[in-house]
Amino acid sequence: MPELKSRLLQALIAIFGVLTIVFFIMRLSGDPTLLLVPDGATAEQIAALRHALGFDRPLLVQYGAYLLDLARLDLGESLVQHAPVAGIVAERIPYTMALAGGALLVALGVGLPAGLAMAVWRGTWLERALAGFVLAGQSLPTFWSGLLMILFFGVYLGWLPTSGSDDLASLVMPSVALGAITMSSFARMTRIAVLDELSRDYVAAGRARGLSYGAVILRHVLRNAAIPVVTIAALEVGNLLAGAVIVETVFAWPGIGQLAIQSIASRDFLVVQTIVLFVSMVYISMNLLADLAYGVIDPRIRRDR
Amino acid sequence: MTALSVRDLSLAALAVRDLSLAIGRTNIVDAISFDVAPGEVLALVGESGCGKSVTAQAIMRLLPAAIRQTGGEITLGATSLSNLSARAMRDLRGRQIAMIFQEPQSALDPLATVGNQIAEALRQPLARVRAEVRQMLVEVGISDPDRRIDQHPFELSGGMCQRVMIAIALIARPAVLIADEPTTALDVTIQAQILALLRRLAAERQTAVVLITHDMGVVADIADRVAVMYAGRVAETGPTAAVFATPAHPYTALLLASIPRLSDVPKSALAVIDGQVPQPADYGTGCRFAGRCPRGDRRCVAETPALGPVADGRLVACFHPVGG
Repeated sequence: MPELKSRLLQALIAIFGVLTIVFFIMRLSGDPTLLLVPDGATAEQIAALRHALGFDRPLLVQYGAYLLDLARLDLGESLVQHAPVAGIVAERIPYTMALAGGALLVALGVGLPAGLAMAVWRGTWLERALAGFVLAGQSLPTFWSGLLMILFFGVYLGWLPTSGSDDLASLVMPSVALGAITMSSFARMTRIAVLDELSRDYVAAGRARGLSYGAVILRHVLRNAAIPVVTIAALEVGNLLAGAVIVETVFAWPGIGQLAIQSIASRDFLVVQTIVLFVSMVYISMNLLADLAYGVIDPRIRRDR
Repeated sequence: MTALSVRDLSLAALAVRDLSLAIGRTNIVDAISFDVAPGEVLALVGESGCGKSVTAQAIMRLLPAAIRQTGGEITLGATSLSNLSARAMRDLRGRQIAMIFQEPQSALDPLATVGNQIAEALRQPLARVRAEVRQMLVEVGISDPDRRIDQHPFELSGGMCQRVMIAIALIARPAVLIADEPTTALDVTIQAQILALLRRLAAERQTAVVLITHDMGVVADIADRVAVMYAGRVAETGPTAAVFATPAHPYTALLLASIPRLSDVPKSALAVIDGQVPQPADYGTGCRFAGRCPRGDRRCVAETPALGPVADGRLVACFHPVGG
């Protein structure tokens, strides 16, 4: 498929661009050497360390060296933890994946039915109630709704652990907090897509041949409405990873979001760069996946390829 | 209303009696009546907004939520549709009464195959009724049915999509077919083919067809009888040939006169009917055509003319019929 080839090439260029931007922006944050040396170190000691770490070289040389290492799949060593970056990030990834998966489950499980119901029962009290619910999910800031949940379910009711990553129960609140905004996007998008399809002639035609309204929706409307929803679903996964930074901090969840915050604070350049590399790769592969999904859903696209 | 029963009602596959429809308090269709016999094609003809399409939706009991039936009765064979439960009505749709639409390509689900959509009218999975569906495709004149059956609407032309719609409508052998402007969206050459197909299948299967159109040419092509609608009422009804030869209602006469002919002097002015069709909110009392009618007088404005017989098999709602 020549189409797929050019998509992959575009993806590589996008990742390269992201890497470059992050590399230079991190350098703007300051010299990590100063954070690494003990208090009262002499100027000579600092200079020696800076030289040992290679930070005294021109920026472009550092950049070139970084790209060369990357080409050899060498992600380098953490300045702070003195361990391979690959391992440090890799051990956090499952936590973030579990969190993003939980959030996606919440978002899809609540958002799609809510959006469908809002479209089908348009103009009823049910639509208004759901619309209020969706608006709330979209407007409450994660750091605030997360704290409220901790207070209510964790401290007051004592049903769920307030933080940590001990068991599935501790995944519930972070998933809800992270999934809320995505849930709202899904609900709104599903509502619009289903309303759009319900006005089409094939709905009346389906009923005219004896299908019930529900059967028309199940057999025809949902699949047609899925096309725009799949598009935003892919983009929303990227937003979930971004949102994870806040949620992991609020709930002390040991994923890459928390690691990113810690590493930025300690100017652990290579760790930050690796996290960004990972997130951008996830984002881009989700988009590729969405493109492939169109072809599965829509025969018109399948033929054009 | 025995005066309306020009023909023996027991022969009718579909009978509409005094059907009235309203949006809120505004009447949009006012006590219209007509009937269709098995194998007969009745054209319901009129300008846009005259109420012909909502009449079709009312017969299918698929009216938009804003429109209510305020009176009248619709009977399908011996069954009165008005008192039927939603569930019983659904069972009739597709089996006893079917419908085809103006734009075949949008009336088909773009993501479902032709065969699957036809099979839905039989309430069976395609795998179980594949031979039957294939045979139906042959009957509606689709070549290479074995390939077409698994194709999607976008792979078919507009004319072929309308043939598929006809296949969906007729595969369960309904007694009545409602065709709402079935050729309006098609090329002229395809129009004639589709009309001929409808005509042939209706005759072969003894299906009663209600053909809704604004096109007098289509009426002349295919309809056995015609009901001319104006502003939510039936102005005139009768055998197509007789109505076209000697229109009795002034509106019908002017409508037929306004069709340009090849024999017209080139670049001569087109015949038009002066004035505008009244909006439903302005219907008021009296004949709704009175304001535009060359024969209209004070009585026409004050009283509503009832549909009454003028000649054998013909009814007209006019105090001063043409030639009368």
